[in-house]
Amino acid sequence: MSNAPALVAAAEPTLRGRIDPVELLRRYPRVALSAGLVALLFLVALLAPIISPHDPLAVEPDNAYLKPFTSGHVLGTDELGRDLLSRIIWGARVSLPVAFVAVGVGLVAGGLIGLVSGYKGGLTDLLLMRLIDALLAFPALILAIGIVAGLGPSLTNAMIAIGIVGIPVYARLVRAQTLQLRQMEFVTATRSLGAKPLRLVLGHIVPNLLNPVLVQVSLSAGFAILAEATLSFLGLGAQVPTPDWGQMINAGARFLSNDPWLAIAPGLGISISVYSFNLLGDALRDALDPRLRS
Amino acid sequence: MPGGAKAHLLELQNVRTELQLRDGVLTAVDCVSFHVDSGETLGIVGESGSGKTMTALSILRLLPRSGRVTNGQVRFKGRDLLALSEGEMEEIRGAEIAMIFQDPMTSLNPVFEVGWQVGEPLRLHRATGGRESMSKAVEMFSRVGIPEAARRVSQYPHMFSGGMRQRAMIAMGLSTEPSLLIADEPTTALDVTIQAQILELLRTLNREFGTATILITHNLGVVAGMCERVVVMYAGRVVEQGPTRDVFAHPQHPYTWSLLHSIPRLDDESGKPLRPVEGAPPDMLQLPPGCKFNPRCPFAIEQCSKEEPELLPVKGAQLARCWVTQAGDELTEPGA
Amino acid sequence: MTTYVLRRLLLMLPVAFLVTVGVFLLIHLSRGDPALVLLGEDRSPQAIAAIHHELGLDQPLYVQYGIWLGRLARGDLGRSVITHQTVSDAILERLPATLELGVVALLWSLLVAIPLGTIAAVRRGSVADHLATGFTVGGVSVPNFFIGIVLIFVLSVSLHLFPFGGYVPLTRDPYESLRHVLLPAIALGTAGAAINMRFTRSSMIEVLNHDFIRTARAKGASWRRVVFAHALKNALIPVVTVVGLQIGGIIEGAIVTETVFTWPGVGRLAVESIFDRDYTVVQGIVLLAAFSYMFANLLVDLVYGWLDPRISYA
Repeated sequence: MSNAPALVAAAEPTLRGRIDPVELLRRYPRVALSAGLVALLFLVALLAPIISPHDPLAVEPDNAYLKPFTSGHVLGTDELGRDLLSRIIWGARVSLPVAFVAVGVGLVAGGLIGLVSGYKGGLTDLLLMRLIDALLAFPALILAIGIVAGLGPSLTNAMIAIGIVGIPVYARLVRAQTLQLRQMEFVTATRSLGAKPLRLVLGHIVPNLLNPVLVQVSLSAGFAILAEATLSFLGLGAQVPTPDWGQMINAGARFLSNDPWLAIAPGLGISISVYSFNLLGDALRDALDPRLRS
Repeated sequence: MPGGAKAHLLELQNVRTELQLRDGVLTAVDCVSFHVDSGETLGIVGESGSGKTMTALSILRLLPRSGRVTNGQVRFKGRDLLALSEGEMEEIRGAEIAMIFQDPMTSLNPVFEVGWQVGEPLRLHRATGGRESMSKAVEMFSRVGIPEAARRVSQYPHMFSGGMRQRAMIAMGLSTEPSLLIADEPTTALDVTIQAQILELLRTLNREFGTATILITHNLGVVAGMCERVVVMYAGRVVEQGPTRDVFAHPQHPYTWSLLHSIPRLDDESGKPLRPVEGAPPDMLQLPPGCKFNPRCPFAIEQCSKEEPELLPVKGAQLARCWVTQAGDELTEPGA
Repeated sequence: MTTYVLRRLLLMLPVAFLVTVGVFLLIHLSRGDPALVLLGEDRSPQAIAAIHHELGLDQPLYVQYGIWLGRLARGDLGRSVITHQTVSDAILERLPATLELGVVALLWSLLVAIPLGTIAAVRRGSVADHLATGFTVGGVSVPNFFIGIVLIFVLSVSLHLFPFGGYVPLTRDPYESLRHVLLPAIALGTAGAAINMRFTRSSMIEVLNHDFIRTARAKGASWRRVVFAHALKNALIPVVTVVGLQIGGIIEGAIVTETVFTWPGVGRLAVESIFDRDYTVVQGIVLLAAFSYMFANLLVDLVYGWLDPRISYA
């Protein structure tokens, strides 16, 4: 079953036009709450070297399988004596960049495809859209797994795969906007005055897309973290000894009866991160969608 | 109350209905009192927003979530409907009092067969089985003039025209032979030619079934042709009521007077200019003090903007909420 | 109806073609030279060339694709490099386990989603509604393998209520089979439950505002009857779309869940084959997943027609 709310989100229109961020946070507490959570995640990732109590990779065989709250290890240690809390903190430093590069890949590639498709129209549009249809013919995770299987298991390849999965959403979003704009009279008018058409379209499309893309990026980031964790859990993403959440669950699942924290703590890390981004996307959509504001 | 000791079929007393809006409480219906007797047809006329529909929904307790009846009584066959439990009310709706609505295009559920929907009141109230209710639906279809009834009961609403859907709604309403039918603007959404057919149908069925009818409309012509008595509403209040013939011949409230003077008459050869009801409809959130019609009233006197009149007998069986006519003055063409 | 289905199938052809090209290229270009795998120590150019000729790898790429597509059209997905079993046999052997898991997961998701979504819509703004709305975001945020691990930890490792993983065929022992499938099905179905609930709620809210709801009330139908007998059928029409996608995505979700619960289904076969570099099998499963996803979309359209009489296939 697809864990991809991202694919659903794009179908719903959002309010276009500028919205004051301060006003947004003030009027919509859900946006403020989720934006705070996301900011906190970034802070943890950024400050990992400073705030983590131990080296996440330091192996101490004598200290293996320590229970939580023993001798300076708040969450205890894993089978190699590595500090669990430090590995969880560093896990954010693995997940977030992967997620954002992946979203960037989808956004840039999808945006270009959508722009060209909508702007050129005709055969180009037809071919590109069939290509997008073909991408959408695969369930999201199958596509990612297929790509990683082809490229070989690694964190970088997982990142590329998740990025490719995100292409169709952005391609459709940008194409729809471009088509709409192309039909407007002022475009034809300014064109006849000698304005560079592409620059014109870009100049008008980008501000119009800001809100829907903001919502989409937030939801995509949630999906990307989830997908990365899933691939790493299957052994197709991050490899040992990278302190990756999905990877840690995979390793920790073997010790469930005696040391459940080894699997549960990283699972909470994933869930909270994905939840924060999904909540932010959801709250932003509610706040920016004029139809929901009755 | 006029009508003597005999109990009325339905009697409203001082009903007030409020809607909770975001920017305040809107009193959609206020001080509304009238009655309906068995077998008669009562017309309720007024502009849109005058509280006609809200009055009807208050009777059946089908107000939107934001609405609430905050005052008064609705007595039906001696029982106060406002005091009944929701379960008791459900036994009255569709069985004793049926209602048909303005827009037949949206009043039927698009995903169920029309016959199923028409037969539902019977299944709910008369313990009729599925097959039996379907054959009853066929019978009702023929009675309301839907051709090929046996075939059409198993069709879906989108295969029906607007007029046919309204016939189906009427069939649904009358299938349980209720004592009262409330028809809320039943012809407004239909073509003119279809309107006449539906009204004729209502008139015939009213005779055949002996069902009392409340006909809500903004069309005075419809009232003239259909109703023995008429209630005129303005700004959520009854401003005039009485026998249709008397009210039309000698309106006792300036609003009724203005309405009657605003419709063109083919037999009018006097050459008098046509007169629309002047001024804008009232803002229901900020009603004027005194008589609610006074800002638009060509007959207004000083008292009208200070104190609101009661609905009182004025002339014969006519009641009016007007200082001028209650004082015994005639409403005549200003300047005539 | 038949012509409609045929026309839809015809429209699917270009996309299906691109899907096969994509899968072929991806696997073909990435799997490395099978000759090197098969030959082991003796890597003389002649031996390599011989193998290439034998496998048809010395032909131009489009010829190789044509041959592969021709076999595919006849249902021949090739053979596993490791077990030499045909890929279709390998998949068919594992399919019952995956189907059982998928169907129970879907039932679980609907059993949770439709009542909760309806209650949330009817009691809009209530505590129940807020909880339900929280679940719609939460349910899609927790990875299904983590749900699986928590379920195993709580219900099987700690409380010993359910067996830890393993599969008993339905035909052998229906009771044990259901006991075994329950936890993985809950893990697999929860995200779907959240999505379905969200759709049920918003769609029910919209339907309850329609005039025909007031008509039903005016007939004397109780709220319960109005909601469940009149509104639900309308409200479920949009839900069918997402449910259809979920049916098409059963294999996708099963990959992870089957790994957690050591469930011998198609998903686990896919993961095993990736690690064995058994690319013909991976290829077969990816194709199966893509095509069942596409056909689920077609199925959705047909169910639409049954739910909504206004849609005709003329």
